[in-house]
Amino acid sequence: MPKQQANWSPYDNNGGSCVAVAGADYCVIAADTRMSTGYNILTRDYSKICKLADKCVMASSGFQADVKALQKHLAARHLIYQHQHNKQMSCPAMAQLLSNTLYYKRFFPYYSFNVLGGLDNEGKGCVFTYDAVGSYEKVGYSSQGSGSTLIMPFLDNQLKSPSPLLLPVQDAVTPLAEAEAVDLVKTVFASASERDIYTGDKLEIVVINADGIGREYMDLRKD
Amino acid sequence: MNFMASKQPENSLLGPEADSQRTLYPYVTGTSVVALKYKDGILMAADMGGSYGSTLRYKSVERMKPIGKHSLLGASGEISDFQEILHYLDELILYDNMWDDGNSLGPKEVHNYLTRVMYNRRNKFNPLWNSLVLGGVKNGQKYLGTVSMIGVNFEDNHVATGFGNHLARPILRQEWHENLSFEDGVRLLEKCMRVLLYRDRSAINKLQIAKITEEGMTISQPYSLKTYWEFSAFANPAQGAVGSW
Repeated sequence: MPKQQANWSPYDNNGGSCVAVAGADYCVIAADTRMSTGYNILTRDYSKICKLADKCVMASSGFQADVKALQKHLAARHLIYQHQHNKQMSCPAMAQLLSNTLYYKRFFPYYSFNVLGGLDNEGKGCVFTYDAVGSYEKVGYSSQGSGSTLIMPFLDNQLKSPSPLLLPVQDAVTPLAEAEAVDLVKTVFASASERDIYTGDKLEIVVINADGIGREYMDLRKD
Repeated sequence: MNFMASKQPENSLLGPEADSQRTLYPYVTGTSVVALKYKDGILMAADMGGSYGSTLRYKSVERMKPIGKHSLLGASGEISDFQEILHYLDELILYDNMWDDGNSLGPKEVHNYLTRVMYNRRNKFNPLWNSLVLGGVKNGQKYLGTVSMIGVNFEDNHVATGFGNHLARPILRQEWHENLSFEDGVRLLEKCMRVLLYRDRSAINKLQIAKITEEGMTISQPYSLKTYWEFSAFANPAQGAVGSW
């Protein structure tokens, strides 16, 4: 019997956009709450943001079943870490774990586009950005998902620090205040919702700072 | 001479013989399931058809079943895979009961279990070819969720599978609200099922509506919806535009 071609795909793209911005003593992580498939909206109220540790939050868009499985995997690993080390995982540690977890499935990837945000051990904001197979980089801000092509250039315009080759060394984190960063994120999503059909409905914003984790919501276009 | 050649274990999915063991396409299928939350719990509707391609082979297929004390499962897609899932759930509920600890699996737990099962089968490239709707009430909390054959899952106030996503969800988005009465809920579901009956070629006019509340679960006897075929658009479909739909 000649080899059959697969007539179903194990992947789907459930859309959506994620953004994270690091500050001197805070980190803002945001994602829309729309879940789609093809030209349909499945639900308008689905959170793409997951708290992995006390000071570490991940936002992921892409194939929802893989995202969910990835979140569960990392949460389980974090629990084991806590049992073994009697402390929470730091954001840079979780960043490495996420990269390794993604690369482990290099030949049947998690179709998940992630941004990791939180505070490092000194309380400074940090953001890590990933591709689907685990290459990652510590940055001052990032976006992933269906609206990232629209969002990233705007963030570059507003937040990009001069070249890392210059001396004295410029920090990767943004000089904006927390409220200004949240406002920027809201603006960015409002714009992305205008032109990206997969972004919209509602925006979920998580802010991590010395006081803990706060959450707020903003309505976006429903079309 | 027979050297020890490298051999696949019998149950592996690699190699040409294995292709006949994977699900490649569905054979006997059920069409849409539609469900919504109402004041006292969940209402779910599905017709009783089992299609064999374009043939309407079976007309009394129950596509909704109670699971444990608190949940109701509706399925569309391959009927034999649905029966397999019921078999797994039987075992799950049995073990849950055998603990005899006064605790019982609620709809959220059953939905999570089903999501894991569907996702793991997808990972092995041998999916259970179903879209499932899981609804229930436990300790006053209403729950309604869905999971697809590749493991995509979510919960919402109203869900549908297959054609229901295209035809029923828009109606539900317009007309659903919190604390629907039972009568209003049934009326809304019937409105959705009627549209599906007119426009989904695999739908049949023999449906059941299931209700699950804190008290328990009931499935109605099969019945049919009143239909009206004298709409001018149906009577003269080409008027205004040749080949119009």
